[in-house]
Amino acid sequence: MSLLRPLLLDVVPTIQQTAALALGRLANYNDDLAEAVVKGDILPQLVYSLAEQNRFYKKAAAFVLRAVGKHSPQLAQAIVDCGALDTLVICLEDFDPGVKEAAAWALGYIARHNAELSQAVVDAGAVPLLVLCIQEPEVALKRIAASALSDISKHSPELAQTVVDAGAIAHLAQMILNPDAKLKRQILSALSQIAKHSVDLAEMVVEAEIFPVVLTCLKDKDEYVKKNASTLIREIAKHTPELSQLIVNAGGAAAVIDCIGSCKGNIRLPGIMMLGYVAAHSENLAMAVIISKGVPQLSLCLSEEPEDHIKAAAAWALGQIGRHTPEHARAVAVTNTLPVLLSLYMSTESSEDLQVKSKKAIKSILQKCTYLPALEPFLYDAPPNILKHVVGQFSKVLPHDSKARRLFVTSGGLKKVQEIKAEPGSLLQEYINSINNCYPEEIVRYYSPGYSETLLQRVDSYQPLAN
Amino acid sequence: MREAMATLARLQARSKAVGQQYYFRNSVVDVFRKKENDAAVKIQSWFRGCRVRAYIRHLHRAAIIVQKWWRSYSSRQHYQLVVKLAYYTMKMNLYNEMAVRIQRRWRGYKIRKYCFDYFYLKEYLRAVTETNDAIRDALEEFAEMKEREEKKAALEREEKKRDYQARKMHYLLSTKQIPGIYNSPFRKDPDPWELRLQKAKPLTHQRPRVKQKHSISLTSWLACTSNRSFPRSEILPPINRKQCQGPFRDIAEVLEQRYKPLEPTLREAEPINELKEAREDLRRQEWIRNVNDNMFLPFSSYHKNEKYVPSMHSSSKYGPNSYGCQRFRDENPKKWICPKDFQTVLPSFDLFSKYGKLYSKAGQIV
Repeated sequence: MSLLRPLLLDVVPTIQQTAALALGRLANYNDDLAEAVVKGDILPQLVYSLAEQNRFYKKAAAFVLRAVGKHSPQLAQAIVDCGALDTLVICLEDFDPGVKEAAAWALGYIARHNAELSQAVVDAGAVPLLVLCIQEPEVALKRIAASALSDISKHSPELAQTVVDAGAIAHLAQMILNPDAKLKRQILSALSQIAKHSVDLAEMVVEAEIFPVVLTCLKDKDEYVKKNASTLIREIAKHTPELSQLIVNAGGAAAVIDCIGSCKGNIRLPGIMMLGYVAAHSENLAMAVIISKGVPQLSLCLSEEPEDHIKAAAAWALGQIGRHTPEHARAVAVTNTLPVLLSLYMSTESSEDLQVKSKKAIKSILQKCTYLPALEPFLYDAPPNILKHVVGQFSKVLPHDSKARRLFVTSGGLKKVQEIKAEPGSLLQEYINSINNCYPEEIVRYYSPGYSETLLQRVDSYQPLAN
Repeated sequence: MREAMATLARLQARSKAVGQQYYFRNSVVDVFRKKENDAAVKIQSWFRGCRVRAYIRHLHRAAIIVQKWWRSYSSRQHYQLVVKLAYYTMKMNLYNEMAVRIQRRWRGYKIRKYCFDYFYLKEYLRAVTETNDAIRDALEEFAEMKEREEKKAALEREEKKRDYQARKMHYLLSTKQIPGIYNSPFRKDPDPWELRLQKAKPLTHQRPRVKQKHSISLTSWLACTSNRSFPRSEILPPINRKQCQGPFRDIAEVLEQRYKPLEPTLREAEPINELKEAREDLRRQEWIRNVNDNMFLPFSSYHKNEKYVPSMHSSSKYGPNSYGCQRFRDENPKKWICPKDFQTVLPSFDLFSKYGKLYSKAGQIV
């Protein structure tokens, strides 16, 4: 480091540039080396000469700043402390697009770490210049500027509001149609970071007329474009029912469901969560999700995904869909997901989060489920706390439906209910009593356990009439 | 007289009997007297009782009549009240019943028409399914179009590659004497590569690329001491040149004038912050040169333990004079609003004319 330092001030400009490039590559590799660069007091010199030198030097110096700033917040703070932000912002006004790209990249990496650093970047006046950079014709510059805006706006609503006030949304929305995949990734990520903070910001993003264009991004070949697009839709849908309604009206639910079907793994996760948020707002929206054929897809995700957190998200989404009315619960139960949820709840390998979510989903669906064929398997292998709800549902449905009563007897459900041991006076016992009251007493006695023994005892004690 | 004496004797003889008889008759009467007395008492008491009872009965009848009339009167009053109440209750029940009917109808209508219109919901769900199908078709089309475009682009790239290959392998074309590799005489048709080779134009040699001269930017006019600083023409003018016809100067003079080095005035030569820049320059030189940045203190300063004695002017008990300290361009950072200096404002863009007016303010009162 002490050898490179004097080379930075050499007379020959090529040597300066190469020295700066070497420093940048060293700092890029490892954060200890970056700390050594900071401790070697090189940054003030770089910042000073950044203002005056030619564009190659500026690019190299911005590369050094980026390489140092990317490792940790303390190093980025060191860069801010030596006054680099003002010079980087001046570089953003340069004519050469390479310089602008390097400066924007450095600013993006600095702003990534936390909210104070982002605020410092914004205070240096970077945001309007970044918005200007987005409008430039070079694709690489657009990408970097979009990623920098995304990093700035992700920390807090005020920062996002600053980005919006600079007029970024209109330009970002225009560029969704650009064919370059990496650019689309950054644009969608920037829009989703803006939209996630509050309802007003989400409404502003929606007013920029991104629907239905965003839905075409869900069909893109690039996996991360799909992921970021579904993240954006999720962030918009989660705020209010009106926004979810807007998305459903534009056909977003179907597009997301298709997108879930075509991906695997972590890419699916934002799409699954989006369906859960939409269904959670109101029962009409949940019904809209059901008729868009969302439930079979979600149950497929639940059964075939290996990762626990994706399964937990799918379980939560199914619970949100099924908890509103008996029709919703029936739609969920018909696809045979309830046994899968039960097995996830009971298995010891599932993480705690997955168990909690599947239990909640089962409970909320069961409390509204009147579709008896789906409930019957639960009588056999459910733990007692869930069994209580199942028996309760039976006791609600059976008194009114004679066909169901017959089916219940013939399928062996009545026998199973008699075998359940419940404490007298508990809720379970009350449910069992109300079920028993639906049937004539002989049948109840016939199916109660140990009936064959009592019959045999009667045979033993019977004295035939002596003729 | 004898008769009288006889009677007396007789009477005296009978007087004992009379006494006895008298006593006897009295006692007999006494026996009966009690009985008779009792009987008389009984009769009298009975009679008196009858009389009193008749009187009481009479009184009772009178009281009954009075009470009867009074009770009938008060009951009639009460009855009227009861009837009034019952009538009122009946009327109110009727009104309630009618009101319930109206409200039932109205509530049913309101819920079905405005709050939860079932048919509207069905319509909405049907519309959502239609939109979904439309979107799914559109997206399928879009994906197909992208596929096609990509395939086309891939094909074109392949084509270009093969074309370039053919151009490079042009020498493998078959001639009349020698059939090329791709045109074996045992084949019925020539190989497609053969046709491609026939169509391809041979590559020419690469011309040497003209090297671009990169211009050296000048940090300051005074620093351009090298010969390469100034732009020069590549070809020097010939030594013996025919003088151009016309009022032109000598070429050597012109060139000399043109390439005369700059002689700035003293004002230009010495910039206004020359001293500061010289200091900075010196500092930079030292920074390059020095291995250690700490100041090297002379040993003699170890002996100097003297405390600084301030001058009288600045150490008076009334404080320093404000004239010259606080009135000529004195800076008092404690009084500043914010620690940063004023910043230059960027030239105004059209961008900021739309500040705050571009997006709708949903929910705020305009």
